[in-house]
Amino acid sequence: MKTLGTFSQEMLRRIQSGYMPYLVSILHALVGIYLVYTSPRSNIAFLIFISSLLTLYTVKTSAAYKVTAGVLLAVVVMPILGVRNIFYLEILFQICVFAALALGLNIVVGFAGLLDLGYVAFYAVGAYLWAFFGSQQYYVIPYAPGTQPADLPFLLPGDMFYLFLMLAVIIAAVTGILLGLPVLRLRGDYLAIVTLGFGEVIRVLANNLDKPWNITNGPQGITPIQRPTLPPAVVDLFNNTLGPVIGHPVKASDVYNVLFYLMALLIILVIILVARRLDDSKIGRAWTAIREDETAAIAMGIPLVRMKLAAFAAGASFAGAMGVMFAASRTFVSPESFSFMQSIGVLTMVILGGIGSIPGVILGAAVVVLLNLQVLQGLSLYLSQLRQSDAVIPIINFAWKNLSTQLDPAKYQRLLFGIILILMMIFRPAGLIPAARRQRELAVEESGD
Amino acid sequence: MALLETIGVTKRFGGLTAVMKMDFKIEQGEILSIIGPNGAGKTTFFNTLTGIYRPEEGKIIFNGHPLIGLRPDQIAALGISRTFQNIRLFGNMTVIENILVGMHTRLKQNPLQVLLRNKAFMEEEQEAEARAAQLMQYVGLTNVGNELARNLPYGAQRRVEIARALAANPTLLLLDEPTAGMNPQETAEAIKLFRRIRDEKGITILLIEHDMRVVMSISERITVMDYGEKIAEGLPEQIRSNQRVIEAYLGRETVSEKG
Repeated sequence: MKTLGTFSQEMLRRIQSGYMPYLVSILHALVGIYLVYTSPRSNIAFLIFISSLLTLYTVKTSAAYKVTAGVLLAVVVMPILGVRNIFYLEILFQICVFAALALGLNIVVGFAGLLDLGYVAFYAVGAYLWAFFGSQQYYVIPYAPGTQPADLPFLLPGDMFYLFLMLAVIIAAVTGILLGLPVLRLRGDYLAIVTLGFGEVIRVLANNLDKPWNITNGPQGITPIQRPTLPPAVVDLFNNTLGPVIGHPVKASDVYNVLFYLMALLIILVIILVARRLDDSKIGRAWTAIREDETAAIAMGIPLVRMKLAAFAAGASFAGAMGVMFAASRTFVSPESFSFMQSIGVLTMVILGGIGSIPGVILGAAVVVLLNLQVLQGLSLYLSQLRQSDAVIPIINFAWKNLSTQLDPAKYQRLLFGIILILMMIFRPAGLIPAARRQRELAVEESGD
Repeated sequence: MALLETIGVTKRFGGLTAVMKMDFKIEQGEILSIIGPNGAGKTTFFNTLTGIYRPEEGKIIFNGHPLIGLRPDQIAALGISRTFQNIRLFGNMTVIENILVGMHTRLKQNPLQVLLRNKAFMEEEQEAEARAAQLMQYVGLTNVGNELARNLPYGAQRRVEIARALAANPTLLLLDEPTAGMNPQETAEAIKLFRRIRDEKGITILLIEHDMRVVMSISERITVMDYGEKIAEGLPEQIRSNQRVIEAYLGRETVSEKG
């Protein structure tokens, strides 16, 4: 056992030295690309491909190499592979959306230590903002859901999407402050309960604001919501340059998916930058101080209420922007998307990845989305195939046909969240990539002050 | 004019009067100790000074500013720093970061500068880090800047807490039992440090202390509290021989028990 341990350590050391890290990461990416390209329907191929980004993150190479390879994979390779199987792009887009939400929640829960169980409410604010202004809903106000005439005009042109992306940041931040004002006197569990209530209030509002004036169209949700315009030239360009690699003509809807994926990626980058800069400043230090010890923090001159409001506002603004993205990419929003389970899901991502750790929560978001959309769905599909076959489990002589249709892993999302949370608390309470404090180069000068 | 003056400060918790009509003064540049038996109201009095508790009656004036009604962070910004009886460091932050948090009120960076990382921001951060490193050295800590505060030994944690309090450039430093739990050698070093802080930085020091050797060796004046009231104040030798102080600490003559 001991020799095996030293052997694996030796292997690890070799992989992490010299040119090996470059070789390993390139090899992993190439194998992934090859597998996904040749079998675009295979879940395993996609998992191998996407995990090559994690390899790239872990290997010890120069930063320039990492950035170049990462950009190449994310901006060039993924769209090509994604267009060949649009489901992959969908997964990537969801990973981006949830990574943004997890990063936002990470500011509130991870940096400032304020447990917010209604975080998805800010996401809903962003989504409904564009859903209302980017659809015909303004003209639907006098009609009960489902009774409006078919030929209503749109309130704003679709390109206003970009403006609303920024407006949503501000409006979600203001919502965060409005929520924060009454509840920030509360600590810990009490704050969690009140934010949970707030999350539900927003969802119930969305559900019921179809009367007396029809603002949200109730449980049916708002559709169609406009997307920003896509000049036909872009589709042609896409087809002309990448057509041969993709292997089939690309439709405008596919290019939309690529566009939304790239936009989400861009927003993620901005969010990472903002989160990192906030963390490594007076503001971020004040948040962490509040998380560690409120009494000591206030004695150091940190205005508690103002800093907590800032955390709520910053976290909410990320969710607001992603809400607009979500509404436009789906062209549909309904209250269902903003349930309490969504808040818990985002919290699971934060805890799984590592509370307070920026790379951690992104990984957490990726893992949870992949488990949800790929692994569980894949298992469900596999089981249903087995049910239709004549296969029998050998020793116990159990025919797959007789397996209950109730056993559907795709519906076990909550079970999965629960298991993840329990396992993490037992084995890795600090998360997959634990948060690390910045190590500073300290120039020790002459003594005296 | 006194640096800090309280007039008739009273703090009650329900039926219990923890601090009763405290009249108290500390002059600029003094080292003054508040002593008294357990439960005498010393820490409560500290907490009214720093705004954690709001007294029911009385006035507190610091440097000409009335303090009653101000929040603790506002009071800290006026120049009162403190340490805690049971060390309250930010355990999961590094030592340097703890000290940087102490500078919170002195850093001028605004959110826009934080996001843009402009020159003013970078310079201020660098200066702050350099000053934090200096403060570490000043309180006698070396090579622990990047350690998490909770991983330090007890004595070092006490020093970090003092460095963090000094980081705010205070006019008045409140130390709540700063040598509790220290061995004799650490205590002697701490006393030396407090004197240096006063002599070199001109910071006025008000401390609560139980260790009589510390109190007698460092204090220029002493205020004695018992049952929430001030029962004596004066020079160390006067306090040593004060009848009420001796009674408070050792109990009254047993005569009353007999009667």
